[in-house]
Amino acid sequence: MFNPNATDIDGPILFSPENEKELDTLLQRYPYKRAALLPVLYMAQAQFGWLSPGVMAYVAQRLELPEGKVLQVASFYTMFDKKPAGRHKIEVCTSVPCCMMGGFAVVRHISEQLGIGVGETTADGRVTLLEAECLAGCGYAPLLQVNGEFHENLTPERIDALLATLR
Amino acid sequence: MERVITANWHVEQAYTLSVYQQHGGFKSLKKVFGMERGAVVPELIKSNLRGRGGAGFPVGAKWSFLPKGTDVPKYLVVNADEGEPGTFKDRFIMERDPHRLMEGCIIAGFTLGLKAAYIYVRGELVLATRRMEAAIAELYATGLLGKNILGSGLDFDIYVHRGAGAYICGEETALIESLEGKTGQPRLKPPFPAVVGVFGCPTVVNNVESIACVPLVIERGAEWWSAQGSEKNGGPKIVQVSGKVKRPGTYEVPNGISLRDVVFSDLYGGGPLDGRTIRGVIPGGTSCPVLRADQLDVKHDFDALKEKPFETMAGTSGVIVMDDTVCVVRIAARIARFYHHESCGQCTPCREGMGWVSKILDRIEAGGAKRAEVDQLLDIVNNIRGNTICPFGDAVGMSIGAYLRQFPEEFIAHVEQGRCTYPAW
Ligand code: FES
Repeated sequence: MFNPNATDIDGPILFSPENEKELDTLLQRYPYKRAALLPVLYMAQAQFGWLSPGVMAYVAQRLELPEGKVLQVASFYTMFDKKPAGRHKIEVCTSVPCCMMGGFAVVRHISEQLGIGVGETTADGRVTLLEAECLAGCGYAPLLQVNGEFHENLTPERIDALLATLR
Repeated sequence: MERVITANWHVEQAYTLSVYQQHGGFKSLKKVFGMERGAVVPELIKSNLRGRGGAGFPVGAKWSFLPKGTDVPKYLVVNADEGEPGTFKDRFIMERDPHRLMEGCIIAGFTLGLKAAYIYVRGELVLATRRMEAAIAELYATGLLGKNILGSGLDFDIYVHRGAGAYICGEETALIESLEGKTGQPRLKPPFPAVVGVFGCPTVVNNVESIACVPLVIERGAEWWSAQGSEKNGGPKIVQVSGKVKRPGTYEVPNGISLRDVVFSDLYGGGPLDGRTIRGVIPGGTSCPVLRADQLDVKHDFDALKEKPFETMAGTSGVIVMDDTVCVVRIAARIARFYHHESCGQCTPCREGMGWVSKILDRIEAGGAKRAEVDQLLDIVNNIRGNTICPFGDAVGMSIGAYLRQFPEEFIAHVEQGRCTYPAW
């Protein structure tokens, strides 16, 4: 059963008052509760940092869904974090065509600078490095996204300058 | 050429309602409110506006499939899950000109008697999402959304729904499943979405650019629109050029422009980088079969590209250019890895087959494959093709198969030399 005092994240697992309001708005958008699952998972991830088993159970309870369904959906989509991620998520595009324009060189450069591999997070929890599939910016390769913002036509200097801004 | 679809892209703050209106925004909606409800679909049909999401299905015909006079709610779903590698146009429409998309949605709502539109936007496109949400808020605040829009009697809502990282959700029935809060696994058709779509209700699914073109067709008239393109494919369109060219970027072109012009013209791709030659071109995103450099004298158009000897697709008009420094075997291997990762896992030929294809291609690229494996590869891709629920399997079969068909010597060279001779990535 769902336990609001579960310890897999810090603090109790309850939506904030603002998110309770947001939940009401979201539920009105769809003819039934289940359809709100993706936006509610996003909201939960933003509030709790990641989708821990406790958080997923809470979402299941709020949307009156079996826990297994929530886990299934959270696992299918790559943007839901099933383990804690760094404060900044860097996603480097390595799809065709970015891969022929230096996408992998960008990955190697960041990996060397931060001392982490793809899918890993720096020990201080600052940055997670990921490879992404086509990010809809192919004409401006190589490129990456950090926290949803695009950085295009990358050079080693621009990457270093960007890394220095991520605290 | 005159900018029509992209006219607002370089206008400061065209994403706000006031600037959009200063540039003629919402005139088409007002015009439609003054027209017979039944007059819009014939106009779209006459315009030869074809879907811009990949398949090129005529927009007017698609709208006409929606049942009339039912009591159940009907919906528009806008496919804004831009993710076909090589494609980067819908993002700019959403970021720079979101009101044009909204205007198209409201016109659809009025014409087809819809309850609401859901814009399913790719999760990674954060700025696009923010701009659309801001645009929608402005429209509610000014009575252009909500109840009785501009006194027309139309009640209509638009919602933005974020995807969460799954390429397959660009397929319309997977997208519908995802919108219902499920994993994105394509549905068997029939029933088609026009009959049973989202939430079990009749639904029309259109790409962002397609819907954004609707107000323009109304504004310019069907005759103007159909005169711009090739015979059965009306209007200007947005091509995107990426890869090894001098001028990568997005360009507005007439439908039916030659592919050679897109790649070589100084107005568009600008040709190969200095001292290089072009080896291959993918005409519309990585699921489209690759062409050799000697096959570029063809109209960039849904119908023309389908013909022999091209046998490819115009897709999303995402033109990807490879030059003589690019190893096509490695490109095929990279695309196979993508498909393997993005397979939804529902159909065995795709789920298992793509893993095998990816492994064999990696082995060929690394130089560790035997000659027989090249033939085996073709055999596997041909067995994926036509044996899956959704077009993903066909796209895989056709696109990977094309590398083998177009560049057999490259595959053999890797096997015979036991290595790849191209520079590392
Ligand atoms: S392939 Fe990198 S953004 Fe499209």
